[in-house]
Amino acid sequence: MSALELIGVTKVYGRGAGEVQALREVTLVVDPGELVAVMGPSGSGKSTLLTIAGTLENPSSGEVLIGGVPVAKLSRNQQAAMRRRAIGYVFQDFNLLAGLTAVENVALPLELDGVSTRTARRSALEALDRLSLSARADHFPDDLSGGERQRVAIARAVVGQRRLLLADEPSGALDSVNGEAVMRLVRSTCQGGVAGVVVTHDAQLASWADRVVFLRDGRMVDQTARPAGPESLLQADAAR
Amino acid sequence: MSVRHAVLALLSEGPKYGLQLRHEFEERTGEVWPINVGQIYTTLQRLERDGMVEVGSEDDGPQKTYRLTAEGATELDEWLHTPPDLSSPPRDELVIKVLVAMHVPGVDIEELIQAHRRRVVELMQEWTRVKRDASEHDISLVLVVDAELFRLDSVVRWLDAADSRLRRVTPPPTPTTTPAPAKRKAGVR
Repeated sequence: MSALELIGVTKVYGRGAGEVQALREVTLVVDPGELVAVMGPSGSGKSTLLTIAGTLENPSSGEVLIGGVPVAKLSRNQQAAMRRRAIGYVFQDFNLLAGLTAVENVALPLELDGVSTRTARRSALEALDRLSLSARADHFPDDLSGGERQRVAIARAVVGQRRLLLADEPSGALDSVNGEAVMRLVRSTCQGGVAGVVVTHDAQLASWADRVVFLRDGRMVDQTARPAGPESLLQADAAR
Repeated sequence: MSVRHAVLALLSEGPKYGLQLRHEFEERTGEVWPINVGQIYTTLQRLERDGMVEVGSEDDGPQKTYRLTAEGATELDEWLHTPPDLSSPPRDELVIKVLVAMHVPGVDIEELIQAHRRRVVELMQEWTRVKRDASEHDISLVLVVDAELFRLDSVVRWLDAADSRLRRVTPPPTPTTTPAPAKRKAGVR
């Protein structure tokens, strides 16, 4: 089953003369374990695609399925629960809460979902450990480097049982080597079975993806050839 | 890449024989520049003729070893510190294709640019896979791949800029066929 399916998705903002078609008939299917990069110039609809994939906005027409479940058939509460449990977000500016430590930031989405503080903390520590950040767990964001902050943001996005990772220019203002480290983490997270969608205008970051799709004026105009399916990548990894 | 100076660099670590030089050359350049042993020996002969290297003594072993001379060391140091020639722009085939395409009737320039962009990104994906599979200790290979990725990245950026500039000078496409807009000598000033 696909982790994310956008089928014929159109998004229109405004009406009449001020109408803007941000997305036009976009169809994109992402399988578990697959990392897809979305490239396109400013205003091509990249960010709109991400907010719709993350169920933060509804499409004007077309269908969105997360893990095979049509989002439109869910109540608002069910949608919110899906956002908290199944989907992780990584933003350009990290969006960590300055008053919480690294581990508290990572545990927050689980606690908001009703998980006990103790269990949430344990899961958060596991996620930080996977990103080699255990030693920084009790530091506040201001005491962390840019690269560490972004790793905390990724840990927060993948804590618990998330199946879909959505990232908007995840390397932010990091230099190229630190940006690459972020993409290596996103990449290895996906290899663990999570589906990833990364929006970027940076071809070097996009080239970490299994597949790169190109948006232009809200349309998906092209995509790179798929070198090998995620299954074969996983098999190759298992064989190592 | 100057094989001559690479050989001098390898000999700066101590005397070596031909096959060893070939092996180390390939290893140090991330094995992306294969070289045959004939090239190595021709280079060594010329370096010996120019007084940059000398053949080692008999008791170094059965194989003929070469060592760096003082002259060779000076030559190497000068070469390392001399900036490479970056001044004259190479004739870039992609730039020429896009410049020509602007004036060829019936060519959809946006489509053309996208086709090239996709191909370059696919190449970048291949290089990134090489980097992903490389050991982090294989710093030579990672640096070579980085150089290739930065070069290809600049090609994508140029295509993006060309795309954006052409959009500003040409009116948005309409479904019906309209007479081609007056061609300007775009881009080059």
